[in-house]
Amino acid sequence: MTLPDPAHAALVRLVRDEGRRVLATLVRHTGDLQLAEDAVQDAVLRALDTWPRTGVPPQPRAWMTLTARNRAVDLVRRESARTGKEAEAVRLLEPPADEPPEMLRDDQLRLVFTCCHPALALETQVALALHTLCGLSTAEVGRALLVPEATMSKRLIRAKQKIARAHIPYRVPDAAELPDRLHGVAATVYLLFTEGYGRADGATAADEALRLARLLHGLMPDEPAVLGLLALLLLQDSRRSTRFTAAGDAVPLAEQDRAQWHRPSITEGVVLVGEGLRRSPGRPDPYVVQAAIAACHALAPASCDTDWSAILSWYDVLLTVHDTPVVRLNRAVAVGECRGPQAAMAELDALATLGGYPLWHATRAELLVRLERVDEARTAFDEALALPLSEAQRRHVAGRRAAFVDEVAGERPVT
Amino acid sequence: MTLYAALIYGAELDRGDGSPREMSSEYAEFSKAAAAVIRGGEGLYPTSTATVVRVIGGKGGDVVTTDGPYAETKEVLNGFYLLECADLDEAIATAARIPGAWHGAVEVRPVIEFA
Repeated sequence: MTLPDPAHAALVRLVRDEGRRVLATLVRHTGDLQLAEDAVQDAVLRALDTWPRTGVPPQPRAWMTLTARNRAVDLVRRESARTGKEAEAVRLLEPPADEPPEMLRDDQLRLVFTCCHPALALETQVALALHTLCGLSTAEVGRALLVPEATMSKRLIRAKQKIARAHIPYRVPDAAELPDRLHGVAATVYLLFTEGYGRADGATAADEALRLARLLHGLMPDEPAVLGLLALLLLQDSRRSTRFTAAGDAVPLAEQDRAQWHRPSITEGVVLVGEGLRRSPGRPDPYVVQAAIAACHALAPASCDTDWSAILSWYDVLLTVHDTPVVRLNRAVAVGECRGPQAAMAELDALATLGGYPLWHATRAELLVRLERVDEARTAFDEALALPLSEAQRRHVAGRRAAFVDEVAGERPVT
Repeated sequence: MTLYAALIYGAELDRGDGSPREMSSEYAEFSKAAAAVIRGGEGLYPTSTATVVRVIGGKGGDVVTTDGPYAETKEVLNGFYLLECADLDEAIATAARIPGAWHGAVEVRPVIEFA
């Protein structure tokens, strides 16, 4: 069926993009995510079947909305005939009033907050966002998140049932709740990004996270958290092509080929950081501050040009709005660059609660190497490797340990 | 006379698609037979629809919600309210005002509306 010509590919893309938008509207019309999905799926198939023959209608979105609505009415009628519930079908049959264009924007925004509702587990929110907001099929979501399709299918069905049965609302939170809820949404998108970013083969998840961040930015262009999130993603993503070797090994920041960093992403990210800071002057948003730190790295022409004292200052700002052990760990690295390994070691020792976190041990190991505390360094590497690490991280830490052990063996004759 | 709560435990009943349309005939039969003593009662949706609400730091503190049923074994069931709310947000906000949520947890689970 699929013709390998660009016109057809463009048509498929149009149908899929419009399908995603129509879904948000259909959720409002039907009040039922599963029903809306089934109806839109039908409209997508019809468009793909009809448009190549008849040409794309002048208003493709309106065509698909109407087709999906008709399908939804059919589905509800069939169900109500079985159960005797007529009211729902009748409500759907009423023709929708002319809707202003900003209604679509609001529909998408409402759907974002439904999919990222805190009553859903974080990994479920991520899956639902990919499926519902990015339009990925169950199999595609499973691949992006490394979960078998059958498991993913069950998880998505459960999530949709919970939304329907527990009446997770389909609305934008009011002004009082918005900052909290927005951080929940940002956390979901960021988790999706890191999910893909940490793997050599994670491009889909990272791309979709960026797309969601752009969607949020289009929907809420004035929110500092949204500006900071998009900036942070762009700045981290600018390094994508240099972060892994062809063999899939992670390349540390200091060793990446900076000439290959994606300049347009860095420029866009830096502008967004500035805007985010202007919009949250008194109490900067944590995402904006993290993006500012990423910008310091991105703007250094060479690793040795990195302005570590600026980075340390940003970490101090970050601690005032987002004080967590992991932030303190990252700050300790900056302390090590500014004031030497001894000072950083003292910071790390104060974070012994991170004993179950492999990167705490790995960071200690690097500092112990610099302090020439050989036996302790070896132990710290081993402790990091005994804890759960991503495949790329594990190879990196194991590689660092091997290089260090070789170096020590070279200096001291083996007895 | 004394009021008693009869709490029903058993294997998870997940009827898969859609919602159960009618009460099982056994329950309908019991409800009829024991009508004289029944003051109320409801069936609950499966635990996958549950949300646990905790308030960190006591009254007025941060409301923390978690997906899924209450699974700790240290605490025991001390009581229940039946809440009629517009949506889950209102139910969560109300649950967070229950003193039990300040020291322990409140599980919010939707009640099945039989056709």
